[in-house]
Amino acid sequence: MPSLGSVTAQQMHFSDPLPLRSGATLPAYDLCFETYGTLNAERSNAVLVCHALNASHHVAGLNEQGQAGWWDNLVGPGKPLDTARYFVIGVNNLGSCFGSTGPMHINPETGRVWGADFPVLTVEDWVDAQVRLVQRLGIAQLAAVLGGSLGGMQALAWTLRHPDKLRHCLAVATAPNLSAQNIAFNEVARRAIVTDPDFQGGHFYAHGVVPQRGLRVARMIGHITYLAEDAMETKFGRELKAEELAYTTQGVEFQIESYLRHQGDKFSAYFDANTYLLITRALDYFDPARDHGGSLTRAFEGARGNQFLLVSFTTDWRFAPARSREIVKALVDNRIAVSYAEIDAPHGHDAFLLEDPRYHGVMRAYFERIAQEFAA
Amino acid sequence: MSERRDLEIIADLVPAGSRVLDLGCGTGELLAHLRDHKGCTGYGIELDDANVLACVQRGIDVIQLNLEDGLALFDDHSFDVVLQLDTLQHLRKTENMLRETARVGRIGIVSFPNFAHWANRLHVLQGRMPITRALPYQWYDTPNIRVGTYADFELLAQRCGLAVTDSFGLQGGEVVRWWPNLRASVAVFRFGQR
Repeated sequence: MPSLGSVTAQQMHFSDPLPLRSGATLPAYDLCFETYGTLNAERSNAVLVCHALNASHHVAGLNEQGQAGWWDNLVGPGKPLDTARYFVIGVNNLGSCFGSTGPMHINPETGRVWGADFPVLTVEDWVDAQVRLVQRLGIAQLAAVLGGSLGGMQALAWTLRHPDKLRHCLAVATAPNLSAQNIAFNEVARRAIVTDPDFQGGHFYAHGVVPQRGLRVARMIGHITYLAEDAMETKFGRELKAEELAYTTQGVEFQIESYLRHQGDKFSAYFDANTYLLITRALDYFDPARDHGGSLTRAFEGARGNQFLLVSFTTDWRFAPARSREIVKALVDNRIAVSYAEIDAPHGHDAFLLEDPRYHGVMRAYFERIAQEFAA
Repeated sequence: MSERRDLEIIADLVPAGSRVLDLGCGTGELLAHLRDHKGCTGYGIELDDANVLACVQRGIDVIQLNLEDGLALFDDHSFDVVLQLDTLQHLRKTENMLRETARVGRIGIVSFPNFAHWANRLHVLQGRMPITRALPYQWYDTPNIRVGTYADFELLAQRCGLAVTDSFGLQGGEVVRWWPNLRASVAVFRFGQR
């Protein structure tokens, strides 16, 4: 499939303080973003793509390092989200470590690096910041907001907080809140980071160290939850790293260990420890029903003018299909237009990032349907 | 085109502007017809991937579900009409599905192949399972796990506490009201809850 070719990230500064859900305020901030395709004269063909835990504004095309975007198989010319028809925006969330204001930057009020003092963020705070970016780009109403996993939560939050600023919401492999098991995995990851001596209470930047051991373990546990058990069995099984067992408790015996360590090493070299804490916490906090007396149905009352596509994957045990069906039920209760596809894919939670003809077929068909609204 | 006529006859049973749930909606053809000609809204339920895709392509709101799992997604009487066309015979929990249909919709409309159609009887008299337009499968390779007759359904409807408000047969794109159990290959029932 053709790609967008090279793309360039842009920065936008916001000097209006951003009130946060926690009660704190972010005095000023920058957002890093990329855009693909052309905004039409009516400004009606814009789609915002929200990212999940470890991704960024670099959704598609090749960046300056020659790396393809994290959703390059879905977004580009001729792809399901076709940049020949749509103007696509990818934005790095606040608190992240890929260019937008985050804990590794200077707190203008103290002149020191934020570190662990960076304000705690929620999905709703991210969405409020995204709204300002979209406004500054001159777009009053998005054709759609699209996201997977944590990105799907942002897409949902758009319809809950700013339903008049978008028409369609596409939420893939997501959930209306985290389960106790989800929170438990996040907590193990956070403890791995926080208990790494190099974490230095979150102020490791000043000490010239990085809590890489903690980040490695955090990534390893996260990675297990993104894969389906069967897929892991097929890929690794009990395959050994060497020809014979070495009878070592600390060395690598099995391929799966080698794989997880490799993923951990890679991740710990580029990801920020405070960002990991902030983003997993944002996941934990997301719970729109909680703001409406525990009723997800009531939470979506304001979204009656929006239309939805939800997609889940049968082997995703982290954000299982039953969680998407809870959202479908809340929408149906409100008589909101919704389509829901449950894709029988073997890859677990990771499936939302992979190319699957049934999955991409539904995405393409839905985007073609949206395009008819502004092409007419 | 008797299939097209059948679709129009069924559509005529649906009041204009109804909120419709179509169980086993296929490619969404009937829902599209109801939307375009009668101003109806609602959802289709479908299990098959290709049909789900066809619905999205048609602009029909479709929810991918296995009907055997029930209709827990839908509140009591949340739809004006629940359609269950050419679907009943594929479901294991037939009785449960009928009760669910009556719970969710104010009006239920069901159609299914009538095993007592004279052509089928002729096949059976000759000692063979029927293969016809309405029942096109070999006995060992059929998705129809429940075969019943027009007359059988009347009894089941009674048993499920359904108030049948209309019923007829369909044959060759025509409504059959005179001896439908013998003369029609497809049975149609409209009912509410007693």
